[in-house]
Amino acid sequence: MARRLWLLVALLGLCCMLYMTWGARAPWGFVLPFRGTKLAALLLVGVSVSTATLMFQTITQNRILTPSIMGFDALYVFLLTSAVFAFGGMNFVQVQPQITFLVAAVALTCASLLLFSTMLITARSDLLRMVLTGIIFGALCRSLTSFLQRMMDPNEFAVVQVASFARFTQIETDLLALAAVITSFVFARAWQLRHRLDVLALGRGTAITLGEPPRRLELEVLILIAILVSVSTALVGPVAFLGLLVVSIARLITRTETHRYLFPSAALIAGVTLVGGQLLMERVFQLTTPLSVVIDLVGGLVFLMLLLKGLRR
Amino acid sequence: MIKIENLSHQIGGKPILSGINADIPRAGITALIGPNGAGKSTLLSLIARLERIQLGTVHVDDLQIGQCSDRELAQRLSILPQMPDQPLRLTVRELVNFGRHPYHAGRPSAADHAKVKEAIEVLGIEDLADRSLETLSGGQRQRAQIAMIFAQDTTYMLLDEPLNNLDLAGSRTLMRILRRVSDDHGKTIVIVVHDINIASRYADRVVAMKGGRIARQGSPIEVIDAALIRDVFETDAELIEIDGGRIVLS
Ligand SMILES: Nc1ncnc2c1ncn2[C@@H]1O[C@H](COP(=O)(O)OP(=O)(O)OP(=O)(O)O)[C@@H](O)[C@H]1O
Ligand SMILES: [Mg+2]
Repeated sequence: MARRLWLLVALLGLCCMLYMTWGARAPWGFVLPFRGTKLAALLLVGVSVSTATLMFQTITQNRILTPSIMGFDALYVFLLTSAVFAFGGMNFVQVQPQITFLVAAVALTCASLLLFSTMLITARSDLLRMVLTGIIFGALCRSLTSFLQRMMDPNEFAVVQVASFARFTQIETDLLALAAVITSFVFARAWQLRHRLDVLALGRGTAITLGEPPRRLELEVLILIAILVSVSTALVGPVAFLGLLVVSIARLITRTETHRYLFPSAALIAGVTLVGGQLLMERVFQLTTPLSVVIDLVGGLVFLMLLLKGLRR
Repeated sequence: MIKIENLSHQIGGKPILSGINADIPRAGITALIGPNGAGKSTLLSLIARLERIQLGTVHVDDLQIGQCSDRELAQRLSILPQMPDQPLRLTVRELVNFGRHPYHAGRPSAADHAKVKEAIEVLGIEDLADRSLETLSGGQRQRAQIAMIFAQDTTYMLLDEPLNNLDLAGSRTLMRILRRVSDDHGKTIVIVVHDINIASRYADRVVAMKGGRIARQGSPIEVIDAALIRDVFETDAELIEIDGGRIVLS
């Protein structure tokens, strides 16, 4: 197991090195900081998406649903848009991205506790109902968002634009430092919870018997997930199937249910997918297809496969 | 001692348990019997805090269920539910390891590993230890679940139909093991069984439930008689006496 993790580390290291150096045509003094920021953002997104997805699958006890499928990131974009809309209406001179991010993140945390905490527990055994709820909820958020965006003035729209569409080339770098600090704290907490999450993954009854009452842990994890979704959506926009893709691969590679291995391997695989994918698409093949489209295509297929398998059972 | 006072429970307005009062003394095996739907599993779930108590109180020694620390209770009392969760992608050993979680919370010591090894040996599943649970038969899974409870090594063990899926030899072996851990290590065991003969042969006390109430309780010889079969189980199976014990002919 440790060997597989080290292989992934090496692979990610290689991707990062190539990403930083391949095909540089400008002076290093410009290229390195420019690419370094993008690389850092991609890695942050990888860690937050994979960690959020893994924890979400643990508390909902299934391996098909992800925060994106349940509409978390659509909700974030909606809350962000509403915040900017409201601030704009209040005639602030300059809407700061950090402030709007924090407002939207806090709002998402509260909203997800309100909306999801009961549903995740009452409806969790009904896969189809969960998927449908997620799809309808996501669509609702997106149409409300576009309604608000139509009424915005162009300056305000610029603030929410990055978060609205999945794009790995256009990254909100203003938020990078803040996002890095937040993600590190959340990941550290998730790592502390790893053994308790293992117990929770056994089932609610077993968790109670083993002295880990699920309710509080589930709520805490839901908060951590909301924060991580805010971070990744703020940086690169909603990434529909990335989480599902990397966590499924991580389960396949590690063949374990232990969070001690799943957390790092899912994060590493996400890093490899994003950095390596970006490297291939942008530099090697010089394709114009955005990476997010490829990831969603492959991830979407994985989703369908898992869903059909899950429903048949 | 497990002290149950005025325990009542309803689901959706329908009474499931009504005013249960019972003391389960320290050490020894208590058999909980009764027809399907009598409320046996519900009673055990309430004692083991799998369901929230609505009315009444349950104390396990000095710990009050619903008030005490979950971890402390997990070191004192364990339960095998009638339908345990089935985490399938684990090996037997991994599952049994989790029995030690209340003690080490993720960092097992040598002593914890020794307990796990012992539990696996006691249940006779050494040869299955590294197999994945999804590849096991129903009875083999049941043994793995019981091994986890054994590894948890609590003073009180609640077992809801542990003989489900076990073959004749397996049932006898398990009952003897329970007898032994109760006699030698002073464990208090509450076991739900449908086979009255097992209750009569291995238990120290019998509690008979019907319709959400306790119908009879006492030693097997006091409780298991023709009236019990007729009134509680509502059937007319014959009872015969052998070696001072009673056997139901089914
Ligand atoms: N979730 C539930 N919703 C509604 N009724 C329930 C629920 N759980 C249990 N009951 C009812 O409560 C009563 C007691 O159930 P319980 O499972 O405790 O019986 P039991 O004595 O363990 O029976 P068995 O021997 O069949 O296991 C039954 O009538 C059952 O229908
Ligand atoms: Mg039952």
